[in-house]
Amino acid sequence: MTRFSLGKYLLPTYVFLTFLFLMVPIGYTFVFSFNDSIKSNIIWRGFTLDNWLNVCDQADVCGAFGNSLLVAVTATTVSTVLGTMIAIALVRYRFKFRSATNLLLFLPLATPEVVMGAGLAAQFLDFGWTKGLTTVIIAHVMFTLSFVVVTVKARVATLDPALEEAGRDLYASPMQVFWKITFPLLLPGILSAAMLAFALSFDDFIITQFNSGSVDTFPKFVYTAAARGIPPEANVVGSFVFIVAIAIVIAVQVRSAMKKRKLLSK
Amino acid sequence: MATEFIARGQDLELKGIRKEFPGFVAVDNLDLKIPAGEFFALLGPSGCGKTTTLRMIAGLESPSKGEILLGGKDIAGMKPHERPVNTVFQNYALFPHMSVLENVAFGIRQRKLTEPLAKAEKALAMVELEHLAQRRPQQLSGGQQQRVALARALVNRPSLLLLDEPLGALDLKLRRQMQIELKAIQMEVGLTFLHVTHDQEEAMDMADTVAVMNQGHIEQLGAPEVLYDRPKTAFVAKFLGQSNMFIGKVTETNSETTSIEYKGKKITGLTKRSEKVTGVIAIGVRPEKTNFHETEPVSDPGLNILGPGEITDIRFTGVSNQYQIDIPGIGVMTVFAQNVGRSPVVELGAQVYVSWKIEHSFGLSDLPSGVEEDN
Repeated sequence: MTRFSLGKYLLPTYVFLTFLFLMVPIGYTFVFSFNDSIKSNIIWRGFTLDNWLNVCDQADVCGAFGNSLLVAVTATTVSTVLGTMIAIALVRYRFKFRSATNLLLFLPLATPEVVMGAGLAAQFLDFGWTKGLTTVIIAHVMFTLSFVVVTVKARVATLDPALEEAGRDLYASPMQVFWKITFPLLLPGILSAAMLAFALSFDDFIITQFNSGSVDTFPKFVYTAAARGIPPEANVVGSFVFIVAIAIVIAVQVRSAMKKRKLLSK
Repeated sequence: MATEFIARGQDLELKGIRKEFPGFVAVDNLDLKIPAGEFFALLGPSGCGKTTTLRMIAGLESPSKGEILLGGKDIAGMKPHERPVNTVFQNYALFPHMSVLENVAFGIRQRKLTEPLAKAEKALAMVELEHLAQRRPQQLSGGQQQRVALARALVNRPSLLLLDEPLGALDLKLRRQMQIELKAIQMEVGLTFLHVTHDQEEAMDMADTVAVMNQGHIEQLGAPEVLYDRPKTAFVAKFLGQSNMFIGKVTETNSETTSIEYKGKKITGLTKRSEKVTGVIAIGVRPEKTNFHETEPVSDPGLNILGPGEITDIRFTGVSNQYQIDIPGIGVMTVFAQNVGRSPVVELGAQVYVSWKIEHSFGLSDLPSGVEEDN
């Protein structure tokens, strides 16, 4: 008599349903990016490539997408550079207010976005700054910085300080030690921190809403458009970003698998 | 960088080196001179300040006080990358993102010398690893990594090579083999080696001169045989091998011999082999210098005789046996006897006398801590 195994049938079914649940909205977005819609993009009216080919015809979609890209790239660059330096300092050096700095960096992770967004907006108002791209970028640097520091810190902690000492011992100046030893060894951590920062910045809505004034970013555009019916071009942009992200993940996986095989074959 | 490097080793001299860390003094007023081309070992337990001393010479720590002279020139103010000194790190610290060859070529590239790869290949050939040049360090075994670290340091022909417990991570057999190779390489290249270790056998095996360090200062410095044969302090006597120790008041002393009274027995040593000849002193003897006898030996002024006592433990160690003898009123003594004829020489429970020649006694300058009036 074979014993009925729960795991054998139930687990795969459960996993399948979970994935289905997660994938349906993405699939819906993707499918409806090909919808030949008139006013609203809710009812399927037939297949067309027009939305993909003329994505920028729809007023504001491309502008908002461009703004989001600009904000995300700038904020990611600034917070990755700053965050990496902070992470190294926090792990490697003992200084006054070190634990206070550590704590302070965790605050943005714990603060509700609404509170942070409103707080920043009040601050910018206080300073008399006009809300726009600059204020959005400043706000994004602020909240992505903590994520970068936390991610890079984990990597720095695994880096043996003796490696840097060996570099110094082998005639490398502190600057050369950083670029030839520390940086290449931290790079995987820095890259994943940058990707995380980019993803967080690109789709942020709440903080952006409070601090962007009249500037439209992509999430903001989608939110506003939802009231009238989201244009299929928005689906195109969403699907496009999704495909790029998946492509990057696959490329990274393939590369590391090839590297592993190469190492093993030697 | 225009620093010139010479191919030969140079003298190293430490003058009044002191290193304070918050809350404790790691190295206290250390003076040390290592002649060029010598294999010198700094030996001590962990926390004795030997690694701190090494790091100060490498430039990875700066001394709170004192001078570090290399070839007569004070290098204490120089940055590590400006010093003609290279280090073999404890866990090798090979760069994981570079091939073995690139690791070895690193120093040559930094100094912008010609033919970095050719020189690196030659250095790898010296440690017999040229066939692994293209591998990553993490694909090598511990012993191989150790050799790469050695090649990476030696390729620069430093005036002084520092070795920070370089064999600590290897298993016993490999360690013995690397000791022999390391010594051979040192003789071949003629560089000054400063080897830091807590392994007394390793230090005695390889070094020309050993300095025993304890609590931030040097207890005793000398050739391994001298340190072993005539330890001057209780710490050195205990750290380098085993000894039987007797503490007592000096009862008589002249230019030839000095005797103490230990639990009613007279124990004698040579005056010239005693650091101290007044008050309460400690006299010791190495277990292999002692003999035992099944009958009482004839009394002789040239012999210390104790006993009889019972053999309470026999431990087989290969070429010799280690015997524990409990002598009533005296305590437990350790005797090593070679297994030349039969093994063991006497049976467990046998009654024996223990003797040794008075010239094998050594008198210490201090008393062993913790073992008052007892062995």
